[in-house]
Amino acid sequence: MLTKTVVTENVSIGFGRHTVVSEINFSTEPGALVVLIGTNGSGKSTLLKTLAGMIKPLSGNVLVLGAKPGTRVKNVGYLPQHPVSSHTLPLRVRDVVRMGRFADLGLFSRETAMDRESVENALKKTGSLEFADKPLRDLSSGQQQRAHLAQVLTRQAEVLLLDEPTAGLDINGRKLVANLIASERARGVTVVMATHELQDAETADIVMLLAQRVVSIGAPDVALRDEYLRECFGFTQPH
Amino acid sequence: MLDFFVRPFIDDQQLRLAFFASVLVSITCAVAGTFVVLRGLAFIGDALSHGVLPGIATAMLLSISPIVGAAVGAAVIMGGVGLVSRRYKVSADTAIGLMFVAMLSLGVIITSRSINLEEDLDHILFGDTFAVHSTDLFWQIFALFLVSLIGFIARRPFLMMSVDDGLAQTSGFNVSLFHNLLLGMIGLTVISSFQTVGTLLVMGMLIAPAASAVMFARRISSMMIFASLIGVFSSYLGLLISHHFDFAASATIVLITVLIFAICAVIFDFVKRRNSKIDELPHQHEHNHAH
Repeated sequence: MLTKTVVTENVSIGFGRHTVVSEINFSTEPGALVVLIGTNGSGKSTLLKTLAGMIKPLSGNVLVLGAKPGTRVKNVGYLPQHPVSSHTLPLRVRDVVRMGRFADLGLFSRETAMDRESVENALKKTGSLEFADKPLRDLSSGQQQRAHLAQVLTRQAEVLLLDEPTAGLDINGRKLVANLIASERARGVTVVMATHELQDAETADIVMLLAQRVVSIGAPDVALRDEYLRECFGFTQPH
Repeated sequence: MLDFFVRPFIDDQQLRLAFFASVLVSITCAVAGTFVVLRGLAFIGDALSHGVLPGIATAMLLSISPIVGAAVGAAVIMGGVGLVSRRYKVSADTAIGLMFVAMLSLGVIITSRSINLEEDLDHILFGDTFAVHSTDLFWQIFALFLVSLIGFIARRPFLMMSVDDGLAQTSGFNVSLFHNLLLGMIGLTVISSFQTVGTLLVMGMLIAPAASAVMFARRISSMMIFASLIGVFSSYLGLLISHHFDFAASATIVLITVLIFAICAVIFDFVKRRNSKIDELPHQHEHNHAH
């Protein structure tokens, strides 16, 4: 049994020769929640993309489920920030969610009853069943985000990398995401999530405050101290 | 009535042949065009359709098959775009634009060196639907088979890439490989279609039917079917009009596809407005009760 699901050692991330954040060190166990908080351009999405294997780390070691990022694609689910669901795609919500099974199915395998069941479960969990047969382009941004979340859940991954999963959601939607994350963690899934919302960090095991560098890292009460928040955002939380 | 709409296709063997060729082009373009529209590749498609010109012209000068020349031209432009954008760090759009004008200029220079080729330039650019031979049909059927096969095998990564490249990549699909495969598919479509509709007008067949279909389709497969039907109908109507009124056939076909797009856009807009009004009705009702 793998004890560490995500490990980063002295990792620098960025594009080409441009380093966005350096000296990233953390490790997670199954069921852990890591919350990345920072302003736009602080490096949250870059770190998630690095963990997903879309960008190579500039230096240091990264292991996801004991392998190089991008290796164990069937076991890692990634929700991009504002997926280009676009205004033109002629896809029903159900078809968008079915894409979550493509990592397992590859090019040639046919969908099985289990795949279909997994899609239905994800639609139910995200409250998307009522608009499952509607075209994605006809839905509100919040409903589209639920569809994309359902797609990630169908992966039945061991590690979920979520880039602003609550973007575009109302209070009920946010509660739904919090519950989903809690239930995924309960079955041993490690969740690494980028967000702008400080309240998303309340139940986290590790919070990382980013501002093109690691401002603070640790349990919420440590990482979200006033001096760090002031350094990162220029303000503190109301007490 | 029947004499006007059907008889010409029964009596005139060349018109019948032109119709079969146009139907094959329509279906091939519908399959490739669906992904061109979804992935927003119209510009590279345009560049490919123009980029084959010097290849075709050179092949004709050397008395070899223009299809071979078109294939070489398409390969050069695809490789060139990749090389320029990667090595010289310019945007893909700029690289496509540069390769596009370079290849088009080269094509015009090559054709200007030969009086025979200058006469053929019209045929290359605008096609000659009525000059299609039965042997061309075999090549077009083969191209349709290949394009459909690529579309079927790569349907999952192509679909994911239409939503988000990252989604495809993190699902284990090599985005760069499948992007190039998609470009190859577009190149193959252009090469197989230029004799019927010409290198300039093939873009119309690639984009207009698919752009019309995307408005009403709910699935990718239905989008391809709608686009094929629009292409086939445009081919029939275009050939009929050109037969009766002596218009340029390929241009008439492509113009009809664009007119159909305009009609679809107006209907789509009307349906959307009507639906949004219907959606608002219960709210107005509640609002009235509140007062």
